[in-house]
Amino acid sequence: MDLLAERGRRVTVDELNTTRLLAHARKQAVQRKFDDVLIVDVDAHHYENEHYGEILPFMENEVLKQINMGGRAKGGRGTLVPTHAGFTQDMGGRVTRYPMRGTEKTEPGRHRDIQLGERWMDAMSVDYSCLFPTGMLNIGMHPQKEMEVDLCWAYNRWLTEKVLPESNNRFFSMLCIPFSDPEQSLRHVETFGDRKGVGGFMVTTVRNLQVNDNAYMKVYRAMEERGLVLSFHSGPNWSEPVFRACNRFLSVHALGFSFYNILHCTNWVINGMGERFPKLPVVWIESGLAWVPFLMQRLDHEYMMRPSEAPVLKKKPSDYMRDMYYSSQPMEIQDMAAMEQTFRMINAETQLLYSSDYPHWDFDLPSTIWDLPFVSEKAKHNILGGTAARLFKLPPRNAAQKANLQKFGNLVTA
Amino acid sequence: MAEQFVGKLSEFKDGDRRIVFVGDNEIGVFRHDGKFYAYSNYCLHQGGPACEGLTIAKVEERLRPDKTSEGLFFSDTEMHFVCPWHGYEYDMKTGECVSDRKLRLRSYKIVEKGDEVYVVA
Repeated sequence: MDLLAERGRRVTVDELNTTRLLAHARKQAVQRKFDDVLIVDVDAHHYENEHYGEILPFMENEVLKQINMGGRAKGGRGTLVPTHAGFTQDMGGRVTRYPMRGTEKTEPGRHRDIQLGERWMDAMSVDYSCLFPTGMLNIGMHPQKEMEVDLCWAYNRWLTEKVLPESNNRFFSMLCIPFSDPEQSLRHVETFGDRKGVGGFMVTTVRNLQVNDNAYMKVYRAMEERGLVLSFHSGPNWSEPVFRACNRFLSVHALGFSFYNILHCTNWVINGMGERFPKLPVVWIESGLAWVPFLMQRLDHEYMMRPSEAPVLKKKPSDYMRDMYYSSQPMEIQDMAAMEQTFRMINAETQLLYSSDYPHWDFDLPSTIWDLPFVSEKAKHNILGGTAARLFKLPPRNAAQKANLQKFGNLVTA
Repeated sequence: MAEQFVGKLSEFKDGDRRIVFVGDNEIGVFRHDGKFYAYSNYCLHQGGPACEGLTIAKVEERLRPDKTSEGLFFSDTEMHFVCPWHGYEYDMKTGECVSDRKLRLRSYKIVEKGDEVYVVA
């Protein structure tokens, strides 16, 4: 196919091949002996919107199902999940895997998303990936609560019944819950929480609900009781009134991903959720890291003067933030001294989890962690997979990984 | 430093590129406006295949004398090549990373011998 670069050249490529595209990643993995290190990617994605034909039949409500499936039959009019005009992750085709995605060939017999996933995981030497959707990250903006519930239900059934079982246990997920409906969120936890490959649940944070609302306490308790992980996955939203002031995708993306997690993390911390659910692991996903020291300092500063507004707290907000986990991508490696300070402030050795975000445009390779000059060997192993192995109870895939997990105290015994 | 054969000059059209493997190293050779340019194929960002993506003109925002913006335009003179992994852009004529021109891909000398093109690496 031709990738048109206006006022430039056409690049003719027969087809996308993820293994070939990521050949340099494989080279890095071999040079660093990554196959000996258990690597867990806590935030990778697939394009579930390419499989609506498989997903929608799992919807429960016949009318809502008919609306979605009937519309698609007429040529795919309308969209199932809110989308954004102006979202140009592919940068006008500069990130070639976007426009060429449809040309990549897979073998019949196994799910396409699993095969594509294995290609990037093998290239990067990632052992396990937490698979998240792409379009469904906007589900919190759906104007119909009942549609959010039913689409989450259908996606979660499809993922746990059709996709994850084909992954040889290398993919797991934290399932998307319909956060607009606390009762249905609880039903999701009770129904799917014990299924194979479910490590926890994910709240899409592009939404304006209060995570500290009383209605959610039973949902968090149900997760905590089951030993599951709660994650908050962020995203950008150009329709958010404040972001209408932005004129470039770069700006909306840079601010939005951090903004929504800053918003919800603030409510989580100030309302003492860490005191209420001390055994519930919480992960903040895809906001980078630079926001964390910023929020720690802002909240501590205000809390020292206004403790009466956060009476559930028994320590500073930053202490609760250090009890939680953060996914690494997109890691803002621009000022190494600032990055080192950030690692110190978040206790990265025990609280940071490597994530690639592949195949999205700003993905990070495992080398982004491994090559940091100020990180200890133990911290590198923990961040790349040891800490996640403990959180999600993931076993090593070879003897060298087992030895490394043992060496750094991360081996999970069955 | 050895000379590595890149291709026949007569078969190397303007706008073409080749990736040459020299041991473990990879070099991207471009022909642009009749001249050859050769750079390391390892992106300075995360090591992506810097020379294997789009070539596309620099995007400029033209400002009027009163500092208002006239909008976005493609440059008539500056060509970039783009790493396909994350979009890092490099200046075709210098190998500089256009977001921070202190960063520059390693460049290699090109030698033409009759109808044959070689890169010195």
